[in-house]
Amino acid sequence: MTLATSPAAVDKFSAAYESFVAESVSAPKWLKDMRQQAWDTFAELGLPTKRRGNELWKYTNLRPLAAADFEFSVGGSVTRNQIKASAPWDDVWNTLVVVDGKFNSELSNLHGTVGLNAGSLSEAISSGTGDVESQLASLAGHEEYAFTALSTAFVDDGAYIALDAGTKLEAPVQVVFVTSDAAVSRVSYPRLLVDSGDGSSIVLIETHVNLSESAQFSAPVVEMFAGDSSTIRHYRVQMENESSFHLGTTRIHQLGDTNFTSTTFAVGASIARNDIHTLLDAPGASCTLRGLYMTSGSQQQDQEISTTHAKPGCQSDQFYKGILSGKSHAVFSGKVIVMRDAQKSEASQKDLNLLLSRGVEIDAKPSLEIYADDVIAAHGATAGHVDRDTLFYLQSRGVDEEAAKAILVRGFAEEMLNEFKPQALNDFVERITDERIPVLLAESDSLGTT
Amino acid sequence: MLEIKNLHASVLDIENSEILKGINLSLGKGEVHAIMGPNGSGKSTLANVLMGRPDYEVTDGEVTLEGESILELRADQRAHLGMFLAFQYPAEIPGVRPWQFLKAALDSKAESRGEDKMSVRNFSKLFDEKVEAVGINPTLVKRSLNEGFSGGEKKRNEMLQLEVLQPTLAILDETDSGLDVDALRIVAEGVNSMRSPERSFIVVTHYQRLLNYITPDVVHILVKGQIVKTGGPELALEVEKNGYKEYLDAVGANA
Ligand SMILES: Nc1ncnc2c1ncn2[C@@H]1O[C@H](COP(=O)(O)OP(=O)(O)OP(=O)(O)O)[C@@H](O)[C@H]1O
Ligand SMILES: [Mg+2]
Repeated sequence: MTLATSPAAVDKFSAAYESFVAESVSAPKWLKDMRQQAWDTFAELGLPTKRRGNELWKYTNLRPLAAADFEFSVGGSVTRNQIKASAPWDDVWNTLVVVDGKFNSELSNLHGTVGLNAGSLSEAISSGTGDVESQLASLAGHEEYAFTALSTAFVDDGAYIALDAGTKLEAPVQVVFVTSDAAVSRVSYPRLLVDSGDGSSIVLIETHVNLSESAQFSAPVVEMFAGDSSTIRHYRVQMENESSFHLGTTRIHQLGDTNFTSTTFAVGASIARNDIHTLLDAPGASCTLRGLYMTSGSQQQDQEISTTHAKPGCQSDQFYKGILSGKSHAVFSGKVIVMRDAQKSEASQKDLNLLLSRGVEIDAKPSLEIYADDVIAAHGATAGHVDRDTLFYLQSRGVDEEAAKAILVRGFAEEMLNEFKPQALNDFVERITDERIPVLLAESDSLGTT
Repeated sequence: MLEIKNLHASVLDIENSEILKGINLSLGKGEVHAIMGPNGSGKSTLANVLMGRPDYEVTDGEVTLEGESILELRADQRAHLGMFLAFQYPAEIPGVRPWQFLKAALDSKAESRGEDKMSVRNFSKLFDEKVEAVGINPTLVKRSLNEGFSGGEKKRNEMLQLEVLQPTLAILDETDSGLDVDALRIVAEGVNSMRSPERSFIVVTHYQRLLNYITPDVVHILVKGQIVKTGGPELALEVEKNGYKEYLDAVGANA
């Protein structure tokens, strides 16, 4: 046996990296250095594998991703109508459109709102806007793991959003990350950097849509800096096609008395991971993390949710719901770390799953790591089936079994759907859910009922 | 309307679990029959078997509605024929609002009969009327179906469904239990206002007080899975006074 096996799948990306470096001679030095460091890290790590001791990837089989080849190309052609047809849309919102990782100002719909600086990340980098240089890739460090390293090696463009101190936006801001239509499999590294000033507030909708039908690979990285007493109401909608790979990383840094709420709607992709970490880094910070995932066929859908309580008097609340059918696989890996100094922390974690067929697999692992002694924490996870008594109740009122199951599944999802407040977004997730339920039920079996 | 002949039923897949041991009952059109009996005698089982709950297996006997056998029909099909069961313990259904659910129920009934679905506007009007009639707090019906409802609220909600669906054969399983006096009167008034030559009721109850408001045509005493006595309204008064001891002794001696 040889020890020196090369890290998984690095070669597939190296040619693209070399030509990317050759083409971006004009980039600032700090950026070039950052990319190179990130590339070196990636070259060392390779794509994660299920090997022993690799806790973070224990339940996720990335072999199909490692086995595929992806071209690196940015900014394919897309129309406004295609976006409107596949993503939530409201003309009142400020909407930024990023196509295959590249910001597109024509497709974007920006209103010049006072106090909001929203546009291309590439421009923000080249003009040295705000704290871009110190913020970019500082939360989603490339040391962390392969996908952030890979993304940072190719970091170039995406969306940049900054709120002036005290700016309280009324209408939501949406960032639509679009994968354009292409027959070949491609990889893109969508990025979003959010810098919300002290006392500001924003409703931010992050939407991922895929216009192609072939297998695409997207490794989005989102970093948000929440200034003192700011509020970020974040939504994440993941609508990749069912043969694609979506490995997303979201990192939030919260200062004092900040309020961060994020609700995820995850239905797409063949293999998807929503890795979100909130750092509660000053007293009075609170985060509420929510999500609904639905899986069918042979989909894999991971929620890798973690919060670090670094300072005293912070609150965190994780609550996810999953609906699984067919032979799909979902992971809820919720983690809360309470550091020694973080007294008077409050943390809760919950993951509820509705399993519709015997072929599904759910790994629900809420976990607490507590180093402080004055902490209130609760966690729980359940996996259940459609309840026979409630099914009979509905049937006895004249609703047939299929329709009754649909009502019950919809009822299970309801409280998460209600979290999506902006009307056009709410309509969107409700419509997609109503379209998905028959697909889930078509793959359900009698074991889905107890 | 409803004929039950020698009905035997057991819990599905459990040996020697017979609960109903040869029930005979004949309910005419427009009649109200009360069923009384001690705890565990099989009243709810009978109600659920009539409605087609899959947890039970009918091992012998026959049940016909308007001359047609119903035992092979699913619960939703029985509902479409006009049957309704107000549950002793209504299920809690998170995330499902009574409005939505009742509209779906009414729509599927209309569909099965080849009738037009009621418009949303007409349905809303009907729904609001009935919500007021059964005295449910309107904010409650915006919540999930029965979730977090008090015992009495759940029963009122059963009445709401009864009034909206307008069945021709309604089985009320202890709808009066756990109700305050006002709610009891609402249930009774609901039933009385729906009484018609075309509609029949089976009312399962432990208490004579409900029967003060709803005068039954016939009272049956169900003990250990058998109807041991059938009589007029006076039978309920007699039970109230003497309890079930004599019947239990009689059945015990036979068993
Ligand atoms: N699904 C079931 N599985 C096992 N036992 C059952 C089931 N359903 C009913 N039983 C049993 O059958 C008997 C009759 O129950 P049932 O609920 O019909 O009584 P009841 O007359 O309605 O009583 P109560 O007045 O307390 O409501 C009881 O001993 C009960 O435990
Ligand atoms: Mg009972």
